[in-house]
Amino acid sequence: MPNMMPTKHPMPHQAAEERKSNFQEVALGYDEATAVDEAKRCLNCKHKPCMTGCPVHIHIPEFIHAVSEGDFEEAYRIISLTSSLPAVCGRVCPQESQCEQKCVRGMKGEAVAIGRLERFVADWHAAHAAEAPVKPVSNGHKVAVVGSGPSGLSCAGDLAKKGYDVTVFEALHLPGGVLVYGIPEFRLPKAIVAREIETLKALGVKVETNVVIGRTLTIDELMQEQGFEAVFIGSGAGLPKFMNIPGENLKGVYSANEFLTRMNLMKAYKPDSATPIQHGSKVAVVGGGNVAMDAARCARRLGAEVTVIYRRTAAELPARKEEVEHAQEEGIQFRFLTNPVSVLGDDKGWVSGIRCQQMELGEPDASGRRRPVAVEGSEQDLPADCVIMALGTSPNPLIKSTTEGLETQKWGGIVVQEDTGATSREGVYAGGDAVTGAATVILAMGAGKTAAAAMDAYVQEKAMEEQ
Amino acid sequence: MYKILEKKALNPTVTLMRIDAPLVARKAEPGQFIILRVDEDGERIPLTVADYDRETGSVTIIFQIVGATTAKLNHLTEGEYIHDFVGPLGRATHTEGLHKVAVVGGGVGCAIAFPVAKKLHDQGCEVHAIVGFRTKDLVILEEEFAAHTNRLVRMSDDGSWGEKGLVTDALRKLIENGENYDEVITIGPLPMMKFVCKLTKEFGVKTVASMNPIMIDGTGMCGGCRLTVGGKTRFACVDGPEFDGHEIDFDEAMARGATYRDFERHAYEETCNLLAKEVQ
Repeated sequence: MPNMMPTKHPMPHQAAEERKSNFQEVALGYDEATAVDEAKRCLNCKHKPCMTGCPVHIHIPEFIHAVSEGDFEEAYRIISLTSSLPAVCGRVCPQESQCEQKCVRGMKGEAVAIGRLERFVADWHAAHAAEAPVKPVSNGHKVAVVGSGPSGLSCAGDLAKKGYDVTVFEALHLPGGVLVYGIPEFRLPKAIVAREIETLKALGVKVETNVVIGRTLTIDELMQEQGFEAVFIGSGAGLPKFMNIPGENLKGVYSANEFLTRMNLMKAYKPDSATPIQHGSKVAVVGGGNVAMDAARCARRLGAEVTVIYRRTAAELPARKEEVEHAQEEGIQFRFLTNPVSVLGDDKGWVSGIRCQQMELGEPDASGRRRPVAVEGSEQDLPADCVIMALGTSPNPLIKSTTEGLETQKWGGIVVQEDTGATSREGVYAGGDAVTGAATVILAMGAGKTAAAAMDAYVQEKAMEEQ
Repeated sequence: MYKILEKKALNPTVTLMRIDAPLVARKAEPGQFIILRVDEDGERIPLTVADYDRETGSVTIIFQIVGATTAKLNHLTEGEYIHDFVGPLGRATHTEGLHKVAVVGGGVGCAIAFPVAKKLHDQGCEVHAIVGFRTKDLVILEEEFAAHTNRLVRMSDDGSWGEKGLVTDALRKLIENGENYDEVITIGPLPMMKFVCKLTKEFGVKTVASMNPIMIDGTGMCGGCRLTVGGKTRFACVDGPEFDGHEIDFDEAMARGATYRDFERHAYEETCNLLAKEVQ
């Protein structure tokens, strides 16, 4: 009998009062009994609507069924068939707008907590599985992956499982891309990322850190000199955007990328860190996406009073609802319909405040959202000693500028065929933020997966032709 | 891990290291930089490439001991390893089509100015180097500059080496005496570069300045290295590190460069204490 409870089992959390000053994970995860009971809420629908909402096509009803029977290792095996990073996805996927949005249980009550169950299964496996995954038999083909973020790791994992000799090139000193430099420890512990990468290594994936493709090596060198038969570009987000308002280069103004990189990759929140970060007392975060929430919550944990400044209303916030709620619980203030016009500085060149104007919503713009319009004469100054600009990024120019014949969009994103990830260069595929601009971890993983299948088909076809 | 093949003190505060980094050595060009981390928990610091040997696969860096990280780096010896070493980053110095160039270097910036001067000289360009140091004891690369330039002007603040005065004094004299440079390339402390650029603007001589702002990833991701050049935000790591000196907002660059000065001073003192204890 399915469990007909209309609501999900709530996720146990660290209390807001406690977590606002530490960097430990906020969500604590289900225990076995809760997971089994939640899994029993799944009706095991024949047409599996949830799967259509998953960019990496996890066999959701099957894995949940295994959980309901207490066979957690089998559940892990099912998830692993299609996902390379279950412990990550279970934590950072926006399930409410993907698998869970399609769940039949959601029509009357709440969807099955698919994300929480996925996380439970991955964590259970990590805690209990003794054996490393078996390295697949080599198929004798060599492929390269540029970037070790979600799209690259997902692509690498799928290709490794098919027997490819996969090398992942990472520009930074640690693999993981946005999972290590961007998403904070309290949302995604770095030990979990490291574990997922170790799993890929056990499958035979090689990871070369400190190699900047477009500088240290080029795509052409990888293919012509190093014998890689196909290359996947998952180079991720690029240069941070700024507002181009006066005062943006004052001391104490960060891009969210810089602030989060210092915090997460360089661990600047630790008292003995070699990398400095400003401990502001009043921090203004400009923007309303997930990155803005991450930056705000990091600044809060360093002891600041934090205000998020967003030019539209709460209803238009692009961040996940859960992230916004967590931020609010931690005492972060929101100023909606507010837009900065300049950053104010003191006589020593440090930020002293931010001048904002009031906005009101006008006609819908190209995105379908109502365009914010400034209210005349509504300027006011908010005090701040640190300002974090979380306005998105534009793609990294390094690969584009060093790869001849690689077609890009006007704004810099790599042009690909949507169903294969194929670029304008033969044998070169791309996916993730380098193609779409800033998006989500799971969309990037889906793109990596799509490209992996196409790369496999391409390499196999070429091998057939040569025979 | 990247092995230190050679270590040499050029003066009491400036050290040369030759690092085993074949991939970087294969591509490096004058004007580009690398980023290193001394140890597993180290910070990432950018250092400009001073030399490279494509045959042996080594890259030479020259650094001044100014903070905790450079102090730790200087504590390593030949045969030991640097944890991370990535590059070459940034764009190479533009040297094509230049016939007569003045290279103006100050202090440890001369370590970066030298490979540029050498490359130009090797290409058959007439190179005048104007190099300045505070005092004689801090002079580096004198023989190298002498061997790879057509003219070497030595300047020191106290007159203990070459002529007493600033590099801008020497440059002004050369230009006023009718030296017609296609370009001036300047590398050194920000105030020096600022005044070199001010001078050459007066004479309408194109000038390129090599910037070394605060940086983390160095690959076009964090935006920490941004500068205002010609009223626009530019990123030293991917757009530079060299920019049109007449367009750079040097005052802003100087202010931004001092963001972590207090933190750095404290970290430096801590490190010195720690290293001193280790030695005991």
